[in-house]
Amino acid sequence: MASLDDLKKRIASVKSTQKITKAMKMVAAAKLRRAQESAENGRPYSEKMKNVILNLSNGISDKENAPKLLSGTGNDKVHLCVVLTSDRGLCGGFNSNIIKKAKSYFSKILSEGKELKIITVGSKGNDQLKRLYGDKIIENISFKESKNANYFDADKVSKLIIDKFENNEFDICTIFYNQFKNVITQIPQAQQIVPLNNKDNGEKASEESYEFEPDEDEILSNLLPKNISTQIFKAMLENSASEQGSRMSAMDNATRNAGEMVDKLTIQYNRSRQAAITKELIEIISGAESL
Amino acid sequence: MSEEFKIEIVNPEKSFLVQEDVSEVVVPAFEGEMGILKDHISIISFLKPGIIKIFSKSGNENYYVEDGIVEFKNNNLSILTSSIFNVADLDKSKQEILLKKAEEEASKTETSDQSKYLADQKVQVLRSIN
Repeated sequence: MASLDDLKKRIASVKSTQKITKAMKMVAAAKLRRAQESAENGRPYSEKMKNVILNLSNGISDKENAPKLLSGTGNDKVHLCVVLTSDRGLCGGFNSNIIKKAKSYFSKILSEGKELKIITVGSKGNDQLKRLYGDKIIENISFKESKNANYFDADKVSKLIIDKFENNEFDICTIFYNQFKNVITQIPQAQQIVPLNNKDNGEKASEESYEFEPDEDEILSNLLPKNISTQIFKAMLENSASEQGSRMSAMDNATRNAGEMVDKLTIQYNRSRQAAITKELIEIISGAESL
Repeated sequence: MSEEFKIEIVNPEKSFLVQEDVSEVVVPAFEGEMGILKDHISIISFLKPGIIKIFSKSGNENYYVEDGIVEFKNNNLSILTSSIFNVADLDKSKQEILLKKAEEEASKTETSDQSKYLADQKVQVLRSIN
């Protein structure tokens, strides 16, 4: 059995760990509020964007010549997957959930004999994927310097995607991120952004006809790249809210576990202290008796 | 009957402005400035760098935008833009920064005609604000 001194040291160390996790939880909670707010504030933009595109793509007259970003290349041989993860760890299952979702998608694609390309955003995703899919990762982007998700970063990612699309490097692009539902639940999502999949939305475009200035095609070809930025930005916002939420609950659990451990260790410490006293007493009494 | 309609300006970060009582909005549409009054036909267009002028009873306001999309439907005007600044809040230093950025863009030679045109527009509009 551990000596009293050892127990004392362990209790002290668990207590200081608890202090750290508690502090991290507080920080995550504060950040969560901000991230959640910006995720909610960002929603109107992406919703509006979605609506406009929906209306446009319904109104488009010449389906054959629709921009490639909307209609696709006609192939589905090369898949590009953009995996959005965090740059920091200690956030529970946040990264693993995305990776798990992505991995199952990857193996599905590979088993169908299609080509796979991966872009990782955030260093944690890269760390976890590079062992299995190292040769498939074509780019790794990290926004360690930016404190919060911002549109500028999203734009960079989307420019990269569009460049690759225009060079015919892939046919279908899917992004992976965690959708923020609440602090405890984050749902890993796979969303196809190229070509744009409107059927999933389940929404009906309004019947009303629009006047377009300039014509539909030109607006669409201008709008679609913007839509990709918007979708990625939305994913980044959702992701950062999810990350903080996940970290908060993970740290909450860690704090609670540390508390339980301290209790257990304290009981053990007291027991062994008492046992030592009893042993000493017995020794004294039997010593006195023998006199 | 009132001659007012609703305007909503959103940027990726947040809902920038919602106003219910505007009587006229002039937007710098891609093919020229466009004034929108109540009961305008449904329209979708996009913006070039310029000034959005909002006229309402509570006063007129001007916003500088660099790009964006306008959608007008059922007397709802939505403007989606990634960069918008209230001209009244746009102080000298901020303006200088924007102007410098635009000038740099405009001086690039390898860009396409369209982006060059847009950058020139930015410079022009920013200079005209003073």
